[in-house]
Amino acid sequence: MSNALITLLPSVVLEGLLLGCVYAMIALGYTMVYGVLGLINFAHAEVFMVGAVAGVEVYRYLGPLVDNPYVLALAAVIIAAGVSGALAMAIERLAYRPIRRHGSSNRLVPLITAIGVSFFLQDLVRLIEGLWHGEFYMNYPASDPMEYLHELPFGMTIQNKSILVMVVAVSMMVGLDRLVRRTRLGRAIRAVAQDLPTASLMGIDPDRVISRTFLIGGALGGVAGVLFGLLYSQINPFVGFVPGVKAFTAAVLGGIGNIHGAMLGGLVLGTLETLGGTYLFFLTDGAIGNEYKDVFAFVILVLLLLFRPQGLLGRAQGEKV
Amino acid sequence: MTPGWIIALIAAAGAGFGLALIAAPRSAWPLLGVFGALFACLSVRGWKPARFAIALALLLVVIPAAGVQNNFLFELVTQMGIFAAMALGLNIVVGMAGLLDLGYAAFFAVGAYTWAIFGSAQAAQFMSGDFPLAGWPYFYIFSALAVIAAALLGTLIGLPALRLRGDYLAIVTLGLGQVVRVLANNLDQPVNITNGPQGITPIERPPIGWLESLMGALGIDGGPALGYALFFYLLVLAVIGVVVLVNVRLDRSRFGRAWVAIREDEIAARAMGISPTRTKLQAFATGAAFSGVMGAIFSAKQLFVSPESFTLLQSITILAMVILGGMGSIRGAIIGAMAVTLLNIEVLKSFSDFLARLRQTGFVLDLGVVSFNFANLSDQVEPAKYERMIFGIILILMMIFRPSGLIPEARHRLEEGEQTEQMKATPAGKRRAP
Repeated sequence: MSNALITLLPSVVLEGLLLGCVYAMIALGYTMVYGVLGLINFAHAEVFMVGAVAGVEVYRYLGPLVDNPYVLALAAVIIAAGVSGALAMAIERLAYRPIRRHGSSNRLVPLITAIGVSFFLQDLVRLIEGLWHGEFYMNYPASDPMEYLHELPFGMTIQNKSILVMVVAVSMMVGLDRLVRRTRLGRAIRAVAQDLPTASLMGIDPDRVISRTFLIGGALGGVAGVLFGLLYSQINPFVGFVPGVKAFTAAVLGGIGNIHGAMLGGLVLGTLETLGGTYLFFLTDGAIGNEYKDVFAFVILVLLLLFRPQGLLGRAQGEKV
Repeated sequence: MTPGWIIALIAAAGAGFGLALIAAPRSAWPLLGVFGALFACLSVRGWKPARFAIALALLLVVIPAAGVQNNFLFELVTQMGIFAAMALGLNIVVGMAGLLDLGYAAFFAVGAYTWAIFGSAQAAQFMSGDFPLAGWPYFYIFSALAVIAAALLGTLIGLPALRLRGDYLAIVTLGLGQVVRVLANNLDQPVNITNGPQGITPIERPPIGWLESLMGALGIDGGPALGYALFFYLLVLAVIGVVVLVNVRLDRSRFGRAWVAIREDEIAARAMGISPTRTKLQAFATGAAFSGVMGAIFSAKQLFVSPESFTLLQSITILAMVILGGMGSIRGAIIGAMAVTLLNIEVLKSFSDFLARLRQTGFVLDLGVVSFNFANLSDQVEPAKYERMIFGIILILMMIFRPSGLIPEARHRLEEGEQTEQMKATPAGKRRAP
């Protein structure tokens, strides 16, 4: 039996890395917003969900017109990025900014607002989809070229759509890295993350930078939504919650506020989760199976917060008085 | 201090609506009037004995008198009471100690399963003995055990989580709330403890022979259904009384002051010799305990528990109650629980029924420029099913426009003047949200 487990290993790791790409893309949105505002943006899970739903709509309306599945997928990615980015910006403008303005002393206020936005969006999407199409359970249509299976060494197999997911995810992450490191906007984001009041004295408009940060993080989340849909096909208005919490775990795992940390954390968490879900089943003779894989991520989160709260790439910070 | 005539007005309104409700126990307006009078009793200040007397008269005379004619009234108020106790518990954690707990339903679940497993044949699945445990003392013993179990779980969850910064705590409790639900869903194998997604039913209720003979002596005959409705109403009322008393006493004790100190400034509190982790753990366990006892009562009342009753939505519902009423405010938590339950069970459902009627009759709304036939209204538009949206809106609007809630905590009210002065003196750039 152990032999079978070893031959299975490469393909399980590959699958974990794929899932990890999606987590990493979502985690980037959490970590960027946390970097500039110090806020856990619970609504980011819903920004991701809206991206997935926007992708379904693209398939629904452009699908009959476009033959090439890759062009279609890219169109879905681009439109979902736009919709989710705009949504994230709107959330910041309409909900978080008014709260920043009246500057309540209570630290829970922005967090509770974020939860409110998250719940509101779930039902809003459900209502819109219900009115529009009469139901709110959606599917990404499968197409033969996308499902085509390549044989790889070590018994691994990979589908065309998985290659597409990896290419899109990696290029977006490299692009983000360039943007944050090389452009004026990137420098402004880093400055605001480091010290908001000082940055505003240096001629940076913090509101503008915060707004752009939400736009970029939201767009990445939207793309992640489409990739998630391509991989797992079934989408509904409540689909954001679990990947959202896991992506947050990934962000903490990498060191929250740290962009490279979020990418690394996503990949590590995706791999660990897939490994755990597969191997615990064998090791415990089926007593602990895949149904516990969601629990697995939370256990990692708790252990992590206990022993290394600053994450893999983060630096320990003392509390300032 | 409220002028005396307002109290007199509340008393008159309570008496008027109360008599109307007893005369017509099924109509909605007198019911809303009675709740309005209760709200007023809780929300105005001063004249404590008078307000107390009005509220007691409404709760112990008017509602039972109307309830024996219409069971649903007991059901509604009992539900409100269960939520009010949980809101009071969460208020200690979120409001007083300033710790955002998003997995509060987990403690409710632990309480509910504590009685459900031993108060039904379920326990025979994994241990020997004669189950269900019927007979009068068992339910009360297990309610007490539910308190202990929930408090223990609170301590267990709190130990790792409470050493962390506040916002991490939110996400850890969110996760652990899910873990408890996943466990309840999957612990039907290898050993069947929770019976998995099917849930556990039927669950025993404590015998109420004394209450039935009392009702018989008063000439009320409604059978066991009415007897149990009245029993749970009285039980919940009694528990609420205890919970409120404990809350008020805690609020003014060393514990309460330590919680508020931690909330306002953890570092300063530590410098004053308060141990943050221990203080937070106490808040966590106390809040969990209230939820646990209500879980046991809930399982006996419903006769059925399943993992679906303990979702994130449940936790957020209770959070919305605390936020609506005002974080840290005891009266606020009760009012918030009553208002949200009323909205959830009564108002949204009536509105849904109203729309359904319009849809069936094909009512045409003609505004001259546009006209709309309700027969074309999609059946997706059903307000009762959109609680998430309603709670989301409540949370967002309260946070933007009135973060201290409908009935702000007394301490906050006193500080308010000072705080606005301080705000003016702070440069705009320094006002960062979290």
